[in-house]
Amino acid sequence: MFKITAEVITGAEVREAVEAPDAGAVVLFFGTVRNNTDGRPTKYLEYEAYPPMAEKKMAEIAEEIADKWGIHRVAMIHRVGRLEIGEVSVAVAVASPHRKDGFEACQYAMNRLKQIVPIWKREVWADGEAEWVKPDAVFFEDLPERT
Amino acid sequence: MKVTVKYFAVCHEMLDRSEEEMQLPEGATVQTILKRLEEEWPEIAEFYEVMQMSVNWEYATEDTELTEGDEVALIPPVTGGKDV
Repeated sequence: MFKITAEVITGAEVREAVEAPDAGAVVLFFGTVRNNTDGRPTKYLEYEAYPPMAEKKMAEIAEEIADKWGIHRVAMIHRVGRLEIGEVSVAVAVASPHRKDGFEACQYAMNRLKQIVPIWKREVWADGEAEWVKPDAVFFEDLPERT
Repeated sequence: MKVTVKYFAVCHEMLDRSEEEMQLPEGATVQTILKRLEEEWPEIAEFYEVMQMSVNWEYATEDTELTEGDEVALIPPVTGGKDV
């Protein structure tokens, strides 16, 4: 499952998508809306995506994970629209035979998601100002190969 | 030929539209679109360095050639969050 949604993310959707009888671990990651950035209070966030391309790029990340770890059960969902503090913006689930690979693959999925999946975040500050989040260093970096 | 051009996030805001159809000469590339936008809005050139382009949902370069019906998008840097 690779999906952009305007609905609330519960985690159940990605977990169910990766369930498999040969899995000994399911790693589940949630990205949530923090109430500040570098100490400046945040009122809420708005996410915008390019859905067809975003879903295609998520599927490509899953293929990379299959190549690197031999893991074939990865699911990702990202929400768009207005999100309040504490709400889930993104969920990733990875099912694997053993937990070590699952944790690594889940971390890799999130790093790659931030690099290549076209999703943008607009931060609306508590003082009323708003801005599109500036480029993150990771955007310009290539991830090192898995050692 | 006619292509669709999509604008997201900061581009959407600054150009004040989310997409448009563009009539381009045969042999046009992504660069043709960038130059046309620069005429309308010179400041956009400052963003080209950090921006990526896509053609039909795949990252492209300025030299990527376009064909009738292509969907082109300007992709500002994707969202950060330093340590989510």
